[in-house]
Amino acid sequence: MQKKRKTLTDANLLLTITIVVFFLMYIGAILFQGKGFLKPQTFFNILNANAALLILSCGMSVVMITGGIDISVGGVTALVSMCCAVYLDYHNGNVLGAVAIALAIGLAFGIVQGFLVAYLDIQPFIVSLAGMFFARGMTTIVNTNPFNVANEEFVALKNVRIIIPGMGSLNKLGKYVNAYVEIGVIIAILVVIILFCVLKWTRLGRFFYAVGGNSQSALMLGINVKRTKFLSHLLCSLLAGIGGFVYFMHVGSGAASHAMGAEMNAIASSIIGGTMLTGGVGNIIGTFFGVLSLSTIQNIVSSAGLDQAWWTGITIAAMLCLFLVIQSVVMARKKK
Amino acid sequence: MQTKKANKLTVSELFGKLLSQQIFIPIAALLLLAIFNLIADPSFYKITYGINSAGAPVLSGYLMTILDYGSELAILAVGMTLVTAASGGQDISVGATIAIAGSVILRVLCGTNSRPDTLQAPIIVAFLVACVVAMIFGAFNGVLVAYFKIQPMVATLILFTAGRSIAAWINNNELPIISDPVFSYFGGFIPGIPIPTPFFIAAAVVAVAALALKFTNLGLYTQAVGINESSSRLNGLNPAFIKFLSFVILGLCVAVAALIKVSRLSSINYSVIAKDIEMDAILAVALGGNALSGGKFNLTASIMGAYVIQFLTTTLYKFNVQSDALPAYKAVVVIFLVVISSSVVRDYLRNIGSKISKKGVA
Repeated sequence: MQKKRKTLTDANLLLTITIVVFFLMYIGAILFQGKGFLKPQTFFNILNANAALLILSCGMSVVMITGGIDISVGGVTALVSMCCAVYLDYHNGNVLGAVAIALAIGLAFGIVQGFLVAYLDIQPFIVSLAGMFFARGMTTIVNTNPFNVANEEFVALKNVRIIIPGMGSLNKLGKYVNAYVEIGVIIAILVVIILFCVLKWTRLGRFFYAVGGNSQSALMLGINVKRTKFLSHLLCSLLAGIGGFVYFMHVGSGAASHAMGAEMNAIASSIIGGTMLTGGVGNIIGTFFGVLSLSTIQNIVSSAGLDQAWWTGITIAAMLCLFLVIQSVVMARKKK
Repeated sequence: MQTKKANKLTVSELFGKLLSQQIFIPIAALLLLAIFNLIADPSFYKITYGINSAGAPVLSGYLMTILDYGSELAILAVGMTLVTAASGGQDISVGATIAIAGSVILRVLCGTNSRPDTLQAPIIVAFLVACVVAMIFGAFNGVLVAYFKIQPMVATLILFTAGRSIAAWINNNELPIISDPVFSYFGGFIPGIPIPTPFFIAAAVVAVAALALKFTNLGLYTQAVGINESSSRLNGLNPAFIKFLSFVILGLCVAVAALIKVSRLSSINYSVIAKDIEMDAILAVALGGNALSGGKFNLTASIMGAYVIQFLTTTLYKFNVQSDALPAYKAVVVIFLVVISSSVVRDYLRNIGSKISKKGVA
């Protein structure tokens, strides 16, 4: 496939920019921030902390490729954490039940939002804005105060660490410590692989691109545009449900303020990863690197001593702005 | 007059007439809420005349709260309507830019000391500086939307994330407090006048906007750009500039709302000030029956919409709904509104209407 194309397509150009930016940033971090970033565990910690974001971003990419947007994912994450926490602690539930709750919440949001967007033709932004506020409000209604989950079964699951052989490092006491990842990371990687395959090799994946690129011509080609849009929103919200559970497994508590601004980070990651807002262009591998870039920059900001909360917001916004402008320039070039 | 005519119309025409009257939606919503409150608890409408803590005569009661807090929303609704009409998208950074403008006002008033005994600059200077800053941020959004052709909601997402951080940074994350009583007049009461000042400020803003729309081509051009960008360009308009202008005007509205907001507290809380106000402002525009995809707009309906939203909020508060849970109820209202105003549902209703009238004729 690469041989046929002599020049870089726009999609590949955006993807290349992202990957180059990520590696430059990581090398920069190693050069300026000292050896902390050389340890494999630093990298794995970034993954551990952002597994949920990775899953959310994958869903967001699918919706954005189809030409929509979903800003309710952060709210859904918070709602899932709170509901699971309440179920596990106050109703003595088991972990499987909690997983079922997470999936059910994701599905419910997906069906309602997908229906409104696809079949009633309402702007996705307005629908998911309402979805976000609904989810945040419901989180408070379910339970007001944040609390830690003490359910034994869950805590055992939360503390499972998967050791990665050969990647350990010496800690401050000179003791060899194995590098590890949490279960959430495995789930996230699985999601990335599955979605990559779906987008690349299945009919549905092709439909997503076709509808996002030009829904009019997709309709002419006999694609069920409405169903495709519906499925993209369904998939995104379902992934938000899964991502919510992974987030819950990482933090182990329920709170109304959880995953504040996660939708923003997910959109930023997708955009940095080369997904076009206008739809039709995007790549899950790009999204993966987008998430890594975003979380690395957050890590750099906090380890540089600029730990005042505002710097993170400003740096992410600046990065988002930069990549939006790059996209806009690419689009303008394409029209010429 | 409308109802007299309606008696002679068929059901389908009645549906069409009612739905096509833009001002109908906010008025119907207002009536619904008013009747609900009347049944639930008539004391909602009680207005008492008393003396506030500063010794000034004031009117108080739920209706006064609505007038008071609905005003900043009405001011934002003016700008948001223009942005919606011109760009077909909404600005979701208004809450964050209110934080920035408020922070600027306090910074100018306080100078380097965060607890000044006297104001370091006249209030009008602080307000003008805030206006300029808010317009610059509006211009930033405007450039991204108009010249880089980024979807408005995504372009404003940048400031939505960074805005509150920038606001905190302007004041070095300190929380300045203004002790001068004159500063609190803008968000409270001017001694001797029992009606809250924000209402007058909102009235002034609305008057200026109405004059601008009446004596300039702003309204016409904005609608033209919103309805069809390329044909308005072929007709000699500059669509990019009109969009840009609408964001700058919204910036000005934001500065005015920020003055009211910081004056209420005589201080600022960066993460809480004007939280979720973007949702309310968009809701006001939607409730006013304006198409969220741009084009024609009706400023009066939007302003009505803003006060109706505040009516809803106050009603919910009265029923002891927690402030954190409010968004859930409002979201239901938004979904209901956008569903009934969506073209698919309207066509469906109209079909049903015509079927019923056909049966009636047969």
